[in-house]
Amino acid sequence: MTAKTGNDAIKKIETPLSDAVTASLKAGDKVLLSGFIYTARDAAHKRFSETLEAGGKLPFDIKGQVIYYCGPAPAPPGKVIGSCGPTTSSRMDSYAPGLISLGLKGMIGKGKRSEAVKKALKEHKSLYFGATGGAGALLARTVVAADVIAYEDLGPEAVMRLEVKDMPLFVINDIFGNDLYEAGIERYRR
Amino acid sequence: MREIHINDIISTVESLFIDANLNLSENMYTAIKKAIDEEESPVGKEVLRELLKNADLAREEKMPICQDTGLAVTFLEIGQDVHIAGGDLTEAIAEGVRRAYRNGFLRKSCCHPFTRKNTGDNTPPIIHTKIIPGDKLKITVLPKGGGSENYGEVRMLTPSQGKEGVMAFILEMVLKGGPNPCPPITVGVGIGGNFEMSALLSKEALMVPVGERNTDAEMADLELAMLDAINKTGIGPQGYGGTITALDVHIKMAPCHLASLPVAINIQCHAHRMREAVL
Repeated sequence: MTAKTGNDAIKKIETPLSDAVTASLKAGDKVLLSGFIYTARDAAHKRFSETLEAGGKLPFDIKGQVIYYCGPAPAPPGKVIGSCGPTTSSRMDSYAPGLISLGLKGMIGKGKRSEAVKKALKEHKSLYFGATGGAGALLARTVVAADVIAYEDLGPEAVMRLEVKDMPLFVINDIFGNDLYEAGIERYRR
Repeated sequence: MREIHINDIISTVESLFIDANLNLSENMYTAIKKAIDEEESPVGKEVLRELLKNADLAREEKMPICQDTGLAVTFLEIGQDVHIAGGDLTEAIAEGVRRAYRNGFLRKSCCHPFTRKNTGDNTPPIIHTKIIPGDKLKITVLPKGGGSENYGEVRMLTPSQGKEGVMAFILEMVLKGGPNPCPPITVGVGIGGNFEMSALLSKEALMVPVGERNTDAEMADLELAMLDAINKTGIGPQGYGGTITALDVHIKMAPCHLASLPVAINIQCHAHRMREAVL
């Protein structure tokens, strides 16, 4: 099983993501994502987990949705959002499988995921996307609307609903067990 | 004796942090541009093009290059004939940071280690001070993101591990970080001194412009050898595979104890932000 590392066809996809869409994508594919996505990083994930353990409900219906591991910079005057690139995903690895089993269909971040996360992706037909780390201004341009919907007290770590238009992403882990990081390094290692 | 008022220090620190976070330096811009030509992977080239476009947009729209506008690392070189007037120097730096992060719409990323409660204004800054001859004050700011800083380490090697041990350590840290510290990275290596000095040397090594070599021929060779080895790992831009994993490797060396070989590695992301001013 080899992942594609080419960039021949850019696919446009929209949230919520269906199984048909997640099954159509392979590691290495470049996609332009549109629709609503939700920001959450360390502190918000901790609260998700505490809420679920206490039998509570998440601040949004997670089925088919996509979480963006991101803590934006404050929006300057006249802007929808500040710089908003991805943070390192591995810090959310312990929480991700639980959310995936509840119907989470995609995560956007940067960096490698654990074996447990990759297994959950295969099992529940969910995807892990990479946004270019450190390209916060470029990614902010794709955000058309941003609203804090929960945990406002967490400041940059509050949960925001973002409406994005053509957000540039690469599929890193697909539902078939391919991993762009592994395939990429394999191909270019000397 | 020359007098420098803290108000000048406050306003300088404010503008340096904003400028560093919004405008990618010419040195880094040129280095990324050159990397586009050299990178063999099409996906890698695409990522590098995104980074240049991002830098252009950040500059035009006055947005931070990266949302992680870092902890406020500040280096001071204080001429011994300078008198700081009007108040507390440390507090002046903190006030400059406070103003920069508020007025520049920069993210406040400083929190309590355990409770994770945000200090709210990105203070306290991390200040390194050196007393030098003269009557000037040089302020260098290096806002540093968490993603790359997390892949740094100080290790006390044994003298017998020598140069080979240092080389293996550098490669180990780059491979451990993989895509996480946002490659293409620059690597700062501090060799020698003692435990804390090696760490400071590794940070100072990151302040050397991309393309500039150590004046010591052996260290310069080691820098180039490590750059080559790192670029053969295949990690590539953003870790998606490719031939440009690092833009440069810089080494700073100092004599050390007979019994020790301290080595520190500090990794910097492609959004290497740094500015300096002399008052």
